[in-house]
Amino acid sequence: MEGFVFPNEVHVTWTVMIVLYPYITGLVAGAFIVSSLYHLFGIQALKPIATFSLVSAFVFLLFAPLPLLNHLGRPERAMNIMITPNFRSAMSGFGFVYLIYAVIVFFEIWFHFRGMMVEKWREAAGLKRKLLKLSLLGSTDRNERTDAIDRMMVRGLAGVGIPVALILHGYVGFLFGSIKANPWWSTPLMFIIFIFSAIVSGIAVLTFLYQFVTWRQRLPVSQRTLNALGRLLWAFMIGAVSLELMEVLSVAYEQTERWAVLKELIGGKLFVSYVVFQLFICSLGPFLLLMARTLLRLPQRLANSFLFISAALLLIQVLLMRWNVVIGGQLLSKSYRGFTSYLPGLFDKEGILVAGIIIIIPFLLLRQFDRAFPFFGREEKASAAGAAKR
Amino acid sequence: MGDNTDLNRRRFIQLALAGATGAFVGTLTAFGAPGEKPELRSMQDLSKLEWGFLVDTTRCIGCGSCVRACSAENDVPDSFYRTWVERYEIDKDHEVHVDSPQGAIESFKTDQCEKQRLAKGFFVPKLCNHCRASACTQVCPVGASFHSPDGVVLIDRSRCVGCGYCVQACPYGCRYIDHDIGTADKCTLCYHRLHRDLTTACATACPRQARICGDLRAPDSPLRRVLDQRRYGLLKPEMGTDPKCYYLGLDLEVK
Repeated sequence: MEGFVFPNEVHVTWTVMIVLYPYITGLVAGAFIVSSLYHLFGIQALKPIATFSLVSAFVFLLFAPLPLLNHLGRPERAMNIMITPNFRSAMSGFGFVYLIYAVIVFFEIWFHFRGMMVEKWREAAGLKRKLLKLSLLGSTDRNERTDAIDRMMVRGLAGVGIPVALILHGYVGFLFGSIKANPWWSTPLMFIIFIFSAIVSGIAVLTFLYQFVTWRQRLPVSQRTLNALGRLLWAFMIGAVSLELMEVLSVAYEQTERWAVLKELIGGKLFVSYVVFQLFICSLGPFLLLMARTLLRLPQRLANSFLFISAALLLIQVLLMRWNVVIGGQLLSKSYRGFTSYLPGLFDKEGILVAGIIIIIPFLLLRQFDRAFPFFGREEKASAAGAAKR
Repeated sequence: MGDNTDLNRRRFIQLALAGATGAFVGTLTAFGAPGEKPELRSMQDLSKLEWGFLVDTTRCIGCGSCVRACSAENDVPDSFYRTWVERYEIDKDHEVHVDSPQGAIESFKTDQCEKQRLAKGFFVPKLCNHCRASACTQVCPVGASFHSPDGVVLIDRSRCVGCGYCVQACPYGCRYIDHDIGTADKCTLCYHRLHRDLTTACATACPRQARICGDLRAPDSPLRRVLDQRRYGLLKPEMGTDPKCYYLGLDLEVK
């Protein structure tokens, strides 16, 4: 603790769990937008990861409320947010927006996999066959016409899903941006900053996993896809970081009382996590690497290494951004005269171990999904191997 | 000697029985009797009231009686405060030193700056401002934070989910999460006392009458009379929360 903080501010109310919540919803929104770039806007270069992005969005979406539930003082009353919502509160919309988005993503995935599930159903027997029929909601027809309808539904849902994804995540930014009591949060730009950083984290996680999984499983990798991801990542990270810096710059230039306290926060408590790590190492680093990769004619292997490192750094950058917003805003006392401290415990209910588990589970679930419906090039590899044998 | 011992023993048993019976009857009386019930007022009658609060910073001596009284009256959890007292000391170099050790529940035991260097010093008691346009009730996602018809900001503990959004929204640092029950908590303006025609515990305990609670709509209430005669200030009026806790002798340094 430094200076004077109001006695009730000694304890930080929103912990690392509330850092994870916008991080995970950001991954959801970003991954969904990448999948829509293919399904809706027809960017063919993204085809190899389109299904993976859609499923990733859904899996992350399933786990987005988990840190919130762990944080609530009375989690058994969580449904009150939909039973007795106070519509004057920005937070009351969470349940509804989340549910609408979950339904959209679920049905987009369902229509996307319906054809494959019908094929599996035809070959299956016994209980597996019954379960598959149940999953298909009894819809076991498959012909050219049904395939066309499925594709049309996927496109339609992707179209509806984009604004909902932006609302879901922009709304998370608004939750913070609308708190007038907090000088670090209160800005109308907050929801736009959150949307941009969400897209960055979504593209980064897909790039990272695509490169990691194809490397681990020795699967063929599409260079065209990697190049497209690299360009998208570069463009969106420039947007995200510029917006964030412009916000700080305008507050600094205005020289109001707000800047007097934020200057202390940025130069003090947040210097290492914000200035050193978020801005210099994890923003400037990937910016330079991605610029080199996009503008220079680098050897392919080096260019792909640059992309992999950039994706990893940007994943950390967005996590740090969430930390610096959520925790940073609470370190600053509303007395404008001091700062409190926060470091999560290792084994606390809302500590580092639990946070680690919550963030890892979606990846494990993705791994299981991959076993049932392989994401990357394995079919091509198998057919290529089959052709070679023949 | 033996008779004496028997007598003493008999006497002891008699006293013990009488004592036990007394304690039993006393307990029944204390916990079983209905006591004085608060008068139930209709919504219409409540709406005629508007509770407000006045803090005269020029009278506060920083003794911390108010903080102790509030803590005892409302069973406030350790290390959280429904009310607290801040000490401001401005030295001859115009440096401002502010503190409130444990909310000043044990008053102020050490000086922040040397007496010779002190230019100005004063105490500022703080509590929930029971704002008319309260940010905390606005952000509560489940409607658990609400305005009573007589203008007090309260929390329905049976509905609060403990999300902490109200804690973030309050510009004055008046709210906290009571981790024992998992819900938000704050000053209720001793609502349970107000409706027994008692004033708040903090105002009762203040030896200097630095705190006055009253009905802002009653023209002859002590609170209204002071507000009509004296100049007062509000905390963070720029927040647009329209607070109902008025301060006499408020210094610019107080946030």
